[in-house]
Amino acid sequence: MSDINFAFLDEYAKREIRRSIIKAICIPGYQVPYSSREMPMGRGFGTGGLQLTLALIGIDDTLKVIDQGSDDSVNAVNLRKFIEMTCPGINTTTCLQEATLIQSRHRIPERPLRADQILVLQVPYPDALVIVEPSEDKRKIMHGEADYSRLLVKLYEDIVKFDEITISHRYPTRINGHYIIDPSPIPRYDVPRLNNSEALILFGAGREKKIYAVPPHCPAEPLAFDDVPFRIEDFTDSNGERRACRLCGSKTSFLDEFIDEHGVRIYQCSDSDYCEQQQELAHE
Amino acid sequence: MIRKPLLRVENLSKTFFLHEQNKVIPSSSQVNLSVYSGRLTALIGPTGAGKSSVLKSIFRTYLPSSGRLLYETTAGATLDLALASEHHILELRRQEIGFVTQFLHTLPRQKTLDVVAMPLYQQGIDRTEGRTRAAELLTELNIPERLWEVPPATFSGGEKQRVNLARGLIASPRLLLLDEPTASLDASTTDRVVALIQRKKAHGTGMLAIFHHADLVQRLADDVVELAVPAANT
Amino acid sequence: MNKILEVKGLSQVYGPGCTLCFTSTGPEFETNICPHCGSIVALHDLSFDLYKGEILGIMGESGSGKSTAVKCLYFDQMPYSGSAIFYDESEQQPLFKLNPAQRRSLRNHRFGMVYQNPNLGLNFDISAGGNIAERLLMSQVMNYREIRERARELLARTEVLTERMDELPKNFSGGMQQRVQIAKALATQPPLLFLDEVTTGLDLSVQAKILDLILEIQAELDTAMIVVTHDLGVIRLLAGRTLVMKYGRVIESGLTDQILEDPQHAYTQQLVASAL
Repeated sequence: MSDINFAFLDEYAKREIRRSIIKAICIPGYQVPYSSREMPMGRGFGTGGLQLTLALIGIDDTLKVIDQGSDDSVNAVNLRKFIEMTCPGINTTTCLQEATLIQSRHRIPERPLRADQILVLQVPYPDALVIVEPSEDKRKIMHGEADYSRLLVKLYEDIVKFDEITISHRYPTRINGHYIIDPSPIPRYDVPRLNNSEALILFGAGREKKIYAVPPHCPAEPLAFDDVPFRIEDFTDSNGERRACRLCGSKTSFLDEFIDEHGVRIYQCSDSDYCEQQQELAHE
Repeated sequence: MIRKPLLRVENLSKTFFLHEQNKVIPSSSQVNLSVYSGRLTALIGPTGAGKSSVLKSIFRTYLPSSGRLLYETTAGATLDLALASEHHILELRRQEIGFVTQFLHTLPRQKTLDVVAMPLYQQGIDRTEGRTRAAELLTELNIPERLWEVPPATFSGGEKQRVNLARGLIASPRLLLLDEPTASLDASTTDRVVALIQRKKAHGTGMLAIFHHADLVQRLADDVVELAVPAANT
Repeated sequence: MNKILEVKGLSQVYGPGCTLCFTSTGPEFETNICPHCGSIVALHDLSFDLYKGEILGIMGESGSGKSTAVKCLYFDQMPYSGSAIFYDESEQQPLFKLNPAQRRSLRNHRFGMVYQNPNLGLNFDISAGGNIAERLLMSQVMNYREIRERARELLARTEVLTERMDELPKNFSGGMQQRVQIAKALATQPPLLFLDEVTTGLDLSVQAKILDLILEIQAELDTAMIVVTHDLGVIRLLAGRTLVMKYGRVIESGLTDQILEDPQHAYTQQLVASAL
């Protein structure tokens, strides 16, 4: 492995990505096109997020990689191994508080992030307008002029049909009062964490070749109407009780729902690190 | 004391040129007349003398071929209507110059009350007042109340003519042009129209009218101008 | 009387254009096509003023340039040359000198357009109410109930059954689609409305109702309108003044009743005489 550069990408690639990151931070929510490299894994497996991580990571960083909240899922494990292999000497962890750089697919960790941490999210489709306008040229103009009326009409039609906005993940969110982003397939539950975050949150789309950012302390408002406000997922059961995680008992975390070996519907924390820490606290 | 006329027509001529047939058709020739506020000038003469043509030329439905149409504006200045801009003419039609023709052009669904009140709406008067005044006029002209909320499209000729008259008389134009206003009316309704016209005169409206009956000329005209059929040109 | 629009020397040429285009086309040559370079002179030297609350008719047959004029003013196309000033309250907007964002803002907030083909004016993938909502959302109205109420009001005003407001326009008759277009165009209460052959192709009874509606709305809102049509009946009913166009040029203009009863130009006389 001595003939490849630290963090796999050559320095020119890293520089180009960092410049794109700086531009993205300067224009919150704006999709910066960048020259997305071919990585030794297929598109759709997080190559965008990976390139961001590789461009930023240094020898003194501590990396955490999660997928749907779990450090153990196959994709998270593969990515972590690849980064460990190409960045000899870095630390990795499953504990959020120890991490300086967190790469994630589809979830933002339960615990609040700190100003010295950076969160990298993997993005399949960077453009919130793609559902209403197929032409990228036209979408660029719409973004430039903050013309999101067609997206808003979609929300209107949802409310007409279903009495509420039915978007569950990839909820369009307005950053810093102008650009509306697709915040990647994080659940609605996580969207409020984008607002006024302590940490920098970066978004990388490898296949679509775009980088965008929600800088720290930036307003992030999910799209809604004055009288039909944004709602996060509701974990109350039929008795009106908020469900708890079956492992740690938390009533404030985002819960995964699945059927156990007895055919019973059970709920547990999606964020596995958070759940473990809660369980440890309970044992003390 | 000679009063300044509200309208003085000087040497008005109207000739039509039909391009396709390559024909020149004279319509009226060298007409001179005056109209005074509070007085009615009647135009008489045989068919083909161009009486309607004079009225239409004043109203700008026809473009005069030559001559002057000197109108005294509210500000006291003299304006040649033949040279006035289209916008100015539209404004005058809205506020000052009325024309009661023989044809009633209305929107298919407009109710009679609104048809009659339209000139008032155009002057900014609200619907309630407009309709009240329209109702008064229609009553005077014997249009029964059951017809007021109905569009006039299905009315008889006489009824249409009375609606037309009501519309022409409801506002108080300074100059009113009348083209055979009582042509399809019976004697008693004609009397009512005569009364209305006399009231308008008393209010200061100056009128230029064509009557189909000499009797009306006698009853209403303060001045009479006779037109001759213009000499035909080839 | 306040002026709302002042158009000067508006011209439109499709194709490379050459120095002889304007002098070799027009009614005297009976063509729009330049014999030297093959360009189409769709419009040449159109000038007119429009006043607040006034309805101007532009009448002509196919190829007269009447639709082209309106498409330029509504920014569907940029003209070859000419200027247009829109008098917006206290400001003067030189239409063809504005940047795309300014043009879009005028289109969305100050102008309305009703096309002959509802496909151009309506989004067929969203409901009738959604079409109107779109326009309201462009003007920053962000209250769902308010949007719904306003859409309902507008559809009721244009006599579209409000029970159908959540249906897609493709299920409506032609006349109803036009009415939804009108409702949509009026959503932002624009001071200037363009109507391009809006009743052409509709049944006569439907035509009458729509023309009626247009006039009622005009009286209520004092909207200035430019009505493009080839139909003399529509012109007679709607327009106070009319321009008659042929092969891209204005050949006659005047008060509508004068154009119809005392046409001066040979072509106008022909048109008027040909009316059924």
